[in-house]
Amino acid sequence: MPSTATETIEQLASREYQAGFETLVEQDTLPPGLDEDVVRAISAKKNEPEWMLEWRLAAFRHWQTLTEPTWAKVEYEPIDYQAISYYAAPKKKGDGPKSLDEVDPEILRTYEKLGIPLHEQKMLAGVAVDAVFDSVSVATTFQSKLAEAGVIFCPFSEAVQKHPELVKKYLGSVVPPKDNFFAALNSAVFSDGSFVYIPKGVRCPMELSTYFRINAKNTGQFERTLIVAEEGSHVSYLEGCTAPMRDENQLHAAVVELVAAEDATIKYSTVQNWYPGDPETGKGGIYNFVTKRGLCAGDRSKISWTQVETGSAITWKYPSVILRGNDTIGEFYSVAVTNGRQQADTGTKMIHVGNNTKSTIISKGISAGRGQNTYRGQVEMLKGAHNARNYSQCDSMLIGEDCGAHTFPYIDVQNPSAQMEHEASTSKIGEDQIFYCNSRGLDEETAVSLIVNGFCKEVFRELPMEFAVEAQKLLEVSLEGSVG
Amino acid sequence: MLKIQNLHVSIEDNEILKGLDLEVKPGEVHAIMGPNGSGKSTLAQVLAGRDEYEVTEGSIDFQGEDLLEMDPEIRACEGIFLAFQYPVEIPGVSNTYFLKAALNAVRKHRGENELDAVDFLRLVRERMKMVEMDETLLNRPVNEGFSGGEKKRNEIFHMSVLEPKLAVLDETDSGLDIDALRIVANGVNSLRAEDRGFLVITHYQRLLDYIVPDFVHVLVDGRIVRSGGKELAHELEDKGYGWLEAELASEATSAAPVGA
Repeated sequence: MPSTATETIEQLASREYQAGFETLVEQDTLPPGLDEDVVRAISAKKNEPEWMLEWRLAAFRHWQTLTEPTWAKVEYEPIDYQAISYYAAPKKKGDGPKSLDEVDPEILRTYEKLGIPLHEQKMLAGVAVDAVFDSVSVATTFQSKLAEAGVIFCPFSEAVQKHPELVKKYLGSVVPPKDNFFAALNSAVFSDGSFVYIPKGVRCPMELSTYFRINAKNTGQFERTLIVAEEGSHVSYLEGCTAPMRDENQLHAAVVELVAAEDATIKYSTVQNWYPGDPETGKGGIYNFVTKRGLCAGDRSKISWTQVETGSAITWKYPSVILRGNDTIGEFYSVAVTNGRQQADTGTKMIHVGNNTKSTIISKGISAGRGQNTYRGQVEMLKGAHNARNYSQCDSMLIGEDCGAHTFPYIDVQNPSAQMEHEASTSKIGEDQIFYCNSRGLDEETAVSLIVNGFCKEVFRELPMEFAVEAQKLLEVSLEGSVG
Repeated sequence: MLKIQNLHVSIEDNEILKGLDLEVKPGEVHAIMGPNGSGKSTLAQVLAGRDEYEVTEGSIDFQGEDLLEMDPEIRACEGIFLAFQYPVEIPGVSNTYFLKAALNAVRKHRGENELDAVDFLRLVRERMKMVEMDETLLNRPVNEGFSGGEKKRNEIFHMSVLEPKLAVLDETDSGLDIDALRIVANGVNSLRAEDRGFLVITHYQRLLDYIVPDFVHVLVDGRIVRSGGKELAHELEDKGYGWLEAELASEATSAAPVGA
């Protein structure tokens, strides 16, 4: 008898998480636990100036007064913040790598295995990469070429040393240290991340990309990304993430801040493939608790978030835009996949402050296996925001019988000239659709990938070309074994 | 090319086809008529390989091979095409992209080269004329937002591109106005060929005025109870299925009952 779609896809389910290997390098790791001494130790390891330490300590003291938020529709065992190590770095010679030659070859091999060769000659043309391995940035490519254009793209810790005036001015200006529990924690213990500065009128000559890898055991990753785009500038930035397979849950609490001045455009894309945990038992996997926010500070500026979230055991993430300038634009395009035992509570916030501000939200949630997928979005139009407009579209696709999709849109309009549109749909990938494809000669695997890619099309077309292809492949792998 | 013998089919323990025999030779057009619930659509679905239907007895031979052993996509590649009664929507996937993937899957199976975009478009443009289909339907997502008539025409269009050996049309006339019916029928007629067989499933005789069949079979309660030429369709149209059912009932009482 012919096999069913279910059976075929189940066979593919046995394929493992492909980025789940561990790299054996000598680590410089702080023992688990968190107190002021740990914060001081991290700061000291980074050789930070006094103001940076004070900033961290203030954040830490505030964090101690906070309790972990529980409003998200996700379930997990309480996190023991004292059992996590807050700093892990590959041991390095002297002051850290000056060039790729000084990077531990094991780490370079890790990135090559992941398909991210750091050697510039092998790189995707036109993409500069900053690679963050556990707590530190190990290599940033194309720095000299970028410097010619006046663009700064470097590890965050380097920015603190070399561009303290910029860091001081913008750090915490969009996501204040006291913003929320995880942001406060990040502010206290963040170890590295990327810093981007695009000067006035410059169109960044290449895609910028950061690749995050959690390797060490029992380690949290707390990176911080800050992108500042001056007047009339333009930048496109992409981040990718993976981690080894481990039985323990690992915490990833990042903060991303974007600042766009007048007429500036920032496009921020994420392809997230953290280890999702064991699909059967739900054991292990990354807790992805991230605060991302952009500020359209100047008139006519634009910030666009695109995310493809396929990994993590739990995702808690709401990339937002504050539309402060007049005629500013905020966009959020999202594909979130939950398969196995994954849970995602993700969405966006669009805060309209200026006149004629426009926001667009396109969210595609795909739930398979026993995955739980929640869209949570907030659109706020303040009193002074005349002629603000929002369009929201939240579509959910269910694959199989045991998964769930939930939508929580919050809307707060205080100006009568506002225009809001909200559309939502839930569909089920049906045997009907698969059979229809079969009857035209397409096999089950092709059918599922065709249907899901069709569903996500509006989001994929927002990704930079090279990454759109990657994202499609990733989606196929993530959904293998999803029907049933 | 198609030989069905003593076919018994159940869905959820409910027997729908109860010993169906049918043979289609290349170049022939067979019409299957019958009242609602007689098993017409079940036959179409079983031929295409829908797995909810369980074949409990009998055989289907297609070009010398056991059709029941083939997965649905293999059947399609081997030359069976089902024009759906209710074509399925696939949002976000353009009709052209879908059809190109399908055609190349079929060509690959046949050991032919995959068509490139240029050759594919040339073929598609030519075939679109056949079904008088608007070119804008090419770039729209498969069946999404299509009117009932557009969906049916799109099925015939797919058929014209995939060039099957055996085309099964499942109530392609349902929901069509007279103009759309004529266009669909013209499309089918232009695809009639010596090496291609058709199985036209319909509830009404109307379609058969446009697609003139070589044989008409009447399906009642899971069995073909009468076969004849195209005039049988007219007789049914005049007298209704009730006439045939009554006649069958009287035959059953006068003849010895056939074993269960």
